[in-house]
Parts: sequence; C-alpha cells; structure tokens
Amino acid sequence: MTTTALRTAAARASDLSKVYGSGDTRVTALDHVSVDFYRGEFTAIMGPSGSGKSTLMHCMAGLDSVSAGSARIGDVELNGLKDKALTKLRRDQIGFVFQAFNLLPTLTALENITLPMDIAGRKVDKAWLDRVIATVGLADRLGHRPSQLSGGQQQRVACARALASRPEIIFADEPTGNLDSRSGAEILGFLRSSVRELGQTIVMVTHDPVAASYADRVVFLADGRIVDELHAPTADSVLDRMRAFDAKGRTS
Amino acid sequence: MFKTALRNVLSHKGRLLMTMLAVVLGTAFVAGTLVFSDSVSTALKNSLSHNYDHVSARVENSAAGEGRRAADNNSDNKPLTDATLRRIKALPGTATAVGTVQGFAGISDPNGNLIGQRGSTQGTNWSPDSGGTDPRYPMAQGTGPNSATQVAIDQRTAQKNGFKVGDTLRVAVNGPVMQLTVSGIFTSNDPALNADGSLVLFDTATAQKLYTAPGQYAWIDAQAKPGTSQTALEQEMEQVVPHTGNITLHTGAALTADAKTAVENGSSSMKTALLFFAGIALFVGIFLISNTFTMLIAQRTRELALMRALGASRKQVRRSVLWEALVVGFTASAVGLGVGVGIGAALKAWAGSSGNIPAGGLTVTPSTALITLAVGTVVTALAALFPALRASRVPPVAAMSSNDQPASQKSLVVRNSIGLVLAGLGVGVVLLGVSQGGSSGRMPVALGALLVMLGVFVLTPLLSRPLIAAVGPLFRRLFGISGTLAKQNAIRNPRRTAATASALTIGVTLITALTVIGSSITTTITHQVTSNMKADYAVSSELGYPITPTLVSEVKSAKGVSAASVIDSQYVTLDGKQLSLSGFDAATFDQVVAPDLTSGTTDAFKQGQLLIDADQAGSRGLHVGSSVPVEYPNGTSGTLTVGGVYPKSDLLGPAMLSEQALAGHTTAPFYNVVLVKSDDGASTANEQALRDATGLNPLIKVQSQQQMIDQFSSLISMMLTILYALLGMAVLIAILGVVNTLAMSVFERKRELGMLRAVGLDKRGVKRMVRLESVVIAVFGAAMGVGIGTFLAWAANNLLKSDLSGLTTVLPWSRLALFIALGATVGLLAALWPARRAARLDILGAIKTD
Repeated sequence: MTTTALRTAAARASDLSKVYGSGDTRVTALDHVSVDFYRGEFTAIMGPSGSGKSTLMHCMAGLDSVSAGSARIGDVELNGLKDKALTKLRRDQIGFVFQAFNLLPTLTALENITLPMDIAGRKVDKAWLDRVIATVGLADRLGHRPSQLSGGQQQRVACARALASRPEIIFADEPTGNLDSRSGAEILGFLRSSVRELGQTIVMVTHDPVAASYADRVVFLADGRIVDELHAPTADSVLDRMRAFDAKGRTS
Repeated sequence: MFKTALRNVLSHKGRLLMTMLAVVLGTAFVAGTLVFSDSVSTALKNSLSHNYDHVSARVENSAAGEGRRAADNNSDNKPLTDATLRRIKALPGTATAVGTVQGFAGISDPNGNLIGQRGSTQGTNWSPDSGGTDPRYPMAQGTGPNSATQVAIDQRTAQKNGFKVGDTLRVAVNGPVMQLTVSGIFTSNDPALNADGSLVLFDTATAQKLYTAPGQYAWIDAQAKPGTSQTALEQEMEQVVPHTGNITLHTGAALTADAKTAVENGSSSMKTALLFFAGIALFVGIFLISNTFTMLIAQRTRELALMRALGASRKQVRRSVLWEALVVGFTASAVGLGVGVGIGAALKAWAGSSGNIPAGGLTVTPSTALITLAVGTVVTALAALFPALRASRVPPVAAMSSNDQPASQKSLVVRNSIGLVLAGLGVGVVLLGVSQGGSSGRMPVALGALLVMLGVFVLTPLLSRPLIAAVGPLFRRLFGISGTLAKQNAIRNPRRTAATASALTIGVTLITALTVIGSSITTTITHQVTSNMKADYAVSSELGYPITPTLVSEVKSAKGVSAASVIDSQYVTLDGKQLSLSGFDAATFDQVVAPDLTSGTTDAFKQGQLLIDADQAGSRGLHVGSSVPVEYPNGTSGTLTVGGVYPKSDLLGPAMLSEQALAGHTTAPFYNVVLVKSDDGASTANEQALRDATGLNPLIKVQSQQQMIDQFSSLISMMLTILYALLGMAVLIAILGVVNTLAMSVFERKRELGMLRAVGLDKRGVKRMVRLESVVIAVFGAAMGVGIGTFLAWAANNLLKSDLSGLTTVLPWSRLALFIALGATVGLLAALWPARRAARLDILGAIKTD
C-alpha cells in the first residue's frame, strides 16, 4: 500500500448540513460537516445516538438529500442530483451493508450477491466473484436461501453483495448490530481484510468501540459536528475518547 | 373483546377498504336486483290493476284465436256468438258488454319487412258503443274502422313510421297481405302494446273473420250495473253460458289476480337469474375477504400473541376477529344496500326509458333491506371464519420473537390431498354424466363441475408454483431482474397467490364455459345450414304458421328463382312408432338440399324411397333396403323402402320423403318452409323479388343462408353479452382482490423494497416488478379459468348433443386468448396503485430497523 501522503478521497463532505423540519420542529442533524473518506481505507464513524452519524452516512450514500454544502462520491456531486441519477450512482458506485442484513428471502445466497449487477444488467466478473465468495467463505452455501442461513452467514452474504460489484465505496450501517460477538468479529475481520487485501474503501457507522477498533481511522461525531478523529484505534482508546465526550456532554 | 375488534377495524380502515368495497359491490348487486325486480313488478301490477277497471266479469272461449288447432274445429266446442253477447247485454246486472277478438297482425314497411318485434304486433276489433266511440281506444285523429277496408292504428306506431289518416297500410294476419286505409289514430295504455309492438283495430266483422269465425268472439267482457257485485254478474252470465269445456268465466278481480300472478312469476324468474349472478359476485367476494383477514392477521401476529400472553383465551381472540368481520360486513352491507337502491333506480329508469315498463316509484321492501344486510354480514363473517381460527392458534410465545414476519408456511400436504380427491372425484362425476348424456347426465355434470371448481381452488397453491415458475425464464429474458423478482414474489406465498388468482378464476371459468358453448353451438348451426342447404333462401312465416299453397306458388314464380321446394311437415306412423316426416319436391330436391348420406343415394329418394337419419335408423334397426310398414296422416297405409341414411340434421328433420310419394296420403299440406335456389345466388335484388312476389307480406320471412346464421349467432352473441355484463361484477371484485393482495404485499415487503432501491433498482424497476407480479397472478387465475371453463363447456356440449345434433366442441381460440390478455390487463390495472406506492416508498424509512 502507498503511504498516507498519496491518500485520495473516495468520498468527501464539505460544509455539509442537514436540517429536518422547520420552525419549532427544526432539527439540525448535520452542522457544517467537512470530512474526507480516503480510498483504500476503513473508516468508522462513531458517536452517541442522535449525533448525526447515520444521517452523515445516508447523505454520503445518496439515500437522503442534503440541505446545504456538498457531498461527493469520487468526482460526483450528490447535492442536486435527481432520483434517477442517484439510483444509478448507488447502483454503480456504492455498496451497502445494513444492520438487518436486508437480503431478499426469495433469492438464493448467490442471487442475492449478484443482485446489484443483475439490476444494472452488468456481466458478473467471474474471477472476482469467486474471490469474494472465497473470502467470505460461503462457497458451500450459495444455493441456500437467507432463511436457511444463520445471522452471521446472512451478513456475510450482504458483505459479499456489497463487494461483488467493486463499488467505489461501501457504506456499512451498524453491520454487527444484530449479531452475537463471535459472528460480529468475523464480519469485522472480513471487512478489514477486504480493505487490506482487495483495496476496498469502507465507511462504517457504529456505536460499538470494539467494532470501531477494526477501522484504520475513527471519526467522532457529536451534535452534528465532527469533534475528533483517531488513527489506528484500539477498543480502549476509542472507549476513552467516548468517555471524554460523555463527560464533556454532561458538564457542559 | 368487541372494543378491541372495533379499534382494529378503525385502525385498519385503509386495508379493510378493499374488503368493504367487495362486500359493498356484492350486496349492492343483491339489493339492486331485489329493488329493481320489486319495482318493476309493482309498477306492472299497478298498471294491471286499471286494466280490468271496466271488466266486472268475462266469459272466454279458450278454443278461439291463435291457440286454435285443427282438432278444435271438429270437437263440440261452444262458440261465443253475437247472440251470446246480446243475451249478456240483456242480463239485469249488466250495464254494458263488449265482445272482443284478438290476434297477431303484422304491418309492413315499404320493403315488406315487419314493423315491430314479431309476436308483439297485435290486432283487435273496434267496438263502438251507442255514442260511436270505444272507451278503450280513444281516437286522437279520424274515426274508428267502419268497413273491411279500414283500419285504425295506435299513435306511437303511427308517429314512428309516419302513418297518417288516409294512408294505405299493408297488414297481414294469417294469409295474404291486405291493403287497408287508415281511418283513425288512437291512443292506448294497453300494456300489451310495448315499445316494440303495434296495435291495429279492425271493424268487428272483419276481425271476427280474421281471427275466429263470423259472428264469434274470443271473449265477452261485461260491466255490472251499480249495486251488482262482480260475482253476482258472473253468476248471471253463467246462466247464459255455462262454465264448461272451452268456456270459462272469471270476475274482473280474478283476472287482475291472475295477471298479477303472471307478472310475479315473470319477475321472480328474472330475479332468480340476477340473484344467481349476485351470488357468484359474493362468492368471489368471499375469497377476497378471507384473503384480507388472513393477511391482516399475519401482520398482527405479534399483537395477537401479546393478547394471548396477557391472558386472552383462544376463544376471545377468535371472537375478536369475528367481531371485526361482523362490523366490517354490516357496515359494508349497509352501504351496499344504499348503492343497490341507487342501482335499482338507475336500472328502472334505463328500462323505463325504452317504454317497456310503466312508470312508478321505487319499491324498497323491508325484506330487501334485511336480506341484503344479512347476506353481506353472514358472508363476511363466514369468510373470516378460517382466518379467525388461525388467529386463535397464534401461540403466546410469538409475541417475543423479533421476527415481524411469521414464516408459518404450513405444509400443503393435507390441502393438496383434499384438493386432488375433490378434483379427481369432480372430473370422474363429470365424465360419468357425459357418458350418460342427455337430461339424465345433467345432475352429475353440475355436481361434478362444482367439485372440480372446489378441487381446483384447493389445489391452486400447489399448481401456482410450477405454473408460475414456468414463465420464469421468459420473464428473466424479457424483463431482467424485475421479472425474476416478480416471479419469485408471486410464488413466495402460494396460499395468498392462490386465493387472489382463484377469485379471478371463478369469473373467467364461467365466461369461458359460456363462450365455448356459444361458439360451439354457433359453429354447429352454421355447419348444418351451410353443409346441408344448397338453397339460397328459406321462406317461412314469421309466427310459424304454415305457408299457404298460394304463397308457395307466388314464391316459385318470383323473378330469379331457378328451383324451389317446400318442406312439408307431416306425421306418419312408421313401424308402429310416430315419426316426423319432411316432404320435399323430388324434382328440385338436389338443387335445394344436400344430405350428407352415409349410405344410399338421393336417386332412391326421387323414386319414392325413404331417407332417414342415423339416430332414427339405429333405434328402429333400419338400413338401406329395409322395408317398413307405414300409416299415413289420412289413414291410408303402405310400405316404404329405406333408400338412404344421413346424419341427424335439424334442417332436414328425422326423415324425408318426396312430395310425389306423399301425394294422396295427407289431409292437408303443412308447408313450414319454402327453400329457394336463385339464379345468381343470394342478392338484395333476389331477396326483394321474393318479398315482392308475396305482395310485401310482413308475415313472410325471407332469409338467406347468411341471415339464418346471423339471426342465430346474433342471438347467441347477445346472450353472451348480457352474461358477460352480469359476470363483470365478479371480475371487478376479483380485480379488487388483486389490488388488495398487492397493496398488502408492498406493505409487508417495505424493507426489501427499500433495500432494492438502495442497491440501485430505480423507480421504474420497482413499478415494473410489482406490475409483473400482478400480471403473473392475474394471468395464472385467468388461465386456470380458461382451462376449467373449457372442460366444463366440453361436458355441457356433450349433454346438449341430445338437443342439437352434431354438436361438437369448438374452441374459439382468439376469444380464449383474449380472456388471457384480459387477465393480463386486469393485472396491470390492479397494480397501478400498489406499484406507485411501492415506487414512492421512502428508502430510509423502509430500511430503518424498528
């Protein structure tokens, strides 16, 4: 891997604001956030509930509209894109891993994995697909339907789905939230290795310090603002920072 | 528990809407039918009650008039004569008395066609009182007819056709056409004079000559003097003409009652027919209602389990669901009653606008209201019974499970076994009925049809998987991922898909069956007419009277006629058994008909031998060369040789003999039809020449082969149109069912849809997916309907064979394809709203974990 000096941003938020409602019910979820997510890096976004971490992810992933500022995937400015263009962007450039797996129960594991490419009508890169499947260790489960798989296996299918189309960036929303700690560790290890070995870019939203410790870099959010950043985190160092915010939050 | 049920109804308003709509439509059909038929019947009865205002008592000669047979002339029937009338007039209780003769009278348009509908054009006598007027027929213009060359005509017919006093009218009763002068135009509120009818008045002597015999009446009406009761007058009249044999006496009240009963019977059979279709609509509704409740309960599993966990008993859960159904059913029925009254009013206004139904208010009886409410409520509760039982079986532990979608795919083994047994039994019984044939096969076929339908409905979930999966590859190729997902979604819940599709199957089955039967009959008739008949025209009488020999020779001498033969219907006794025999002219036989002889020759026929159809020959053990003793109509007897055997044909009749061979053996000819071969085929000129030859007689029907076929096929297609319209309601309800299922599915699959949108399926793709799922379900339902319908039609055709010889099942492929296409359209229409909803789904809201 190249050095950090040559890091380029796979996604970038500049002065990004997101406001819900108006008047009395006005809530500022994101308040002039600027942050870069670097290519080939595993970034975790952390923060307490209501800090705006999920909103940041949704805006960056083109799932939610931006109130002000800019959100870019690669060179594409998302702010102002119509639904059609956003859909195409998500289809071609972004991968998703959700907390609740979100697989289609009617499709087999393999069909779920190739779904984004089927939607795009693109040909599957067989060699890549085999590599992804081998990495997630699902080779003998491809014909199974989601209901026949364990939670951890389902989430691995979801990861494989996100990876298979070689997106510019993968957004993972609490990917271990519905898993026991062992399955969770498997998934996180797998996400990390896909960054290290396959060169994938991943942005993960989590509130779990242990999950965050798998990332290369942790971005901390509170009250819709970036408040801190940590490189090469460990579970303890993350927890310490979190405690610090909590204390600050309580005293202020 | 009632409160919970009520809350549920209120909180699921939207989802129950389709159910409500189905019940509303079904009950509205019922209520509309009841209101319409009651109103019509009341209006008719009201108009009747004034009909006999001037009749205190009537004496009637049932042997007079149109019902008269040749035999009646020989018996000692007593006539009602002018003398009888005079004696009735002289009775102490009689104020006035009028003698009437009545019968068919056709008026011709300038081309010789009958004005109005055959059968409803009447003629009667004008009986002026001492003041020179007849109170029944007030003259608007001119005067009543005073001689045999005069006629009065009703105002409506006059206005419609531009007849004025002094015009010459071509009128035919039963024989040659008469040219009469219009002496007056009268108004009448005679109910017999409906929109398609006409009424002409002759002077009494002429009418008597035409309809009965000089000096004879069909009936005499007497009005009692004040103080004399109807019964008293009837008794006085009985002294003059005793109530025996063909003479019957009635009071005005009795006549009114009889007429009312007749109206009631007429309207009750209409009511029964309409209610039958309302029943089908409701039956379809049952599927929809049951499906809705099943889906609602599936969604509420956790809620129900919570209630169970909190201590509600199974019974209470079951009751809460049933209460919910009762509330829904009752509310919807009440709305349905309202809508039904509206439908009844609209129907009555529509039917009244053509003038067939007398004016009058709307009749909404308490029983209509009760029946509608009861039917709707009971049907809804019945449909909710199974879902309610299922709800009560939700285990309390289900409340704890985090899965919001229960994967309660119970095995279909039991269901499939029951279905197979039912369907197998049904097919067996139908085949048994078919093998018995005729009227004795009717019951088994009907029963079997019911079993087949039930069996298939039970089996639909099983059938849905392979049948829908079969379209998978096609869908994948045509529509890509949307197609694949649509196919998968359609089979993921077989019970739901089955219930949705079945609703459509019912309607399509009936429509298909009727269409196939209709087209088979039409094709068979067409084949019979075209294959056996070489003549270009068949000339016959509008009312089935025999054609007079004069008319036959007039037709034969018409311009352009190259050959003609009568068909002379006679009855003979062949080998001790009666046989209907068609007499043809031997000289022209080959030019007018072409029997499809299986053995023998037409030369034999020309030599006076008998041609007989295969059925008759078979049952009598006859074949070519057999000699059989025969007794002719005039009592003479002889021996006939069988010269040929042909397949049964309605045109040719069971047996044929030449007129030459029949000569001297009949009492009188009975010419049913004259078959005419024209020089250069059927043409407008040749047809007009035939009409001209009969003196533009409106009684004579001149039909080309094509017209014979058209007359028949238009009758069939008109019947089919009416039936399609009546079954339309069932299809409409089925569409609601598809909408409902899709809406529920979209709601349940919210998260999947959100994920699909997130990973890049665009709105169009989502819409297309929902639409395709809908189309698949609808086409599946329609295809099953076409399948079952065709089978049932085949069975029915086999039964009808005994009435219509040579009937074979003909599949109208284009129509059947149209039904499938219609199914697809239904699917597309039903998906409009659910697809929109699915596409507009908020992605974030959908994928959020709750």
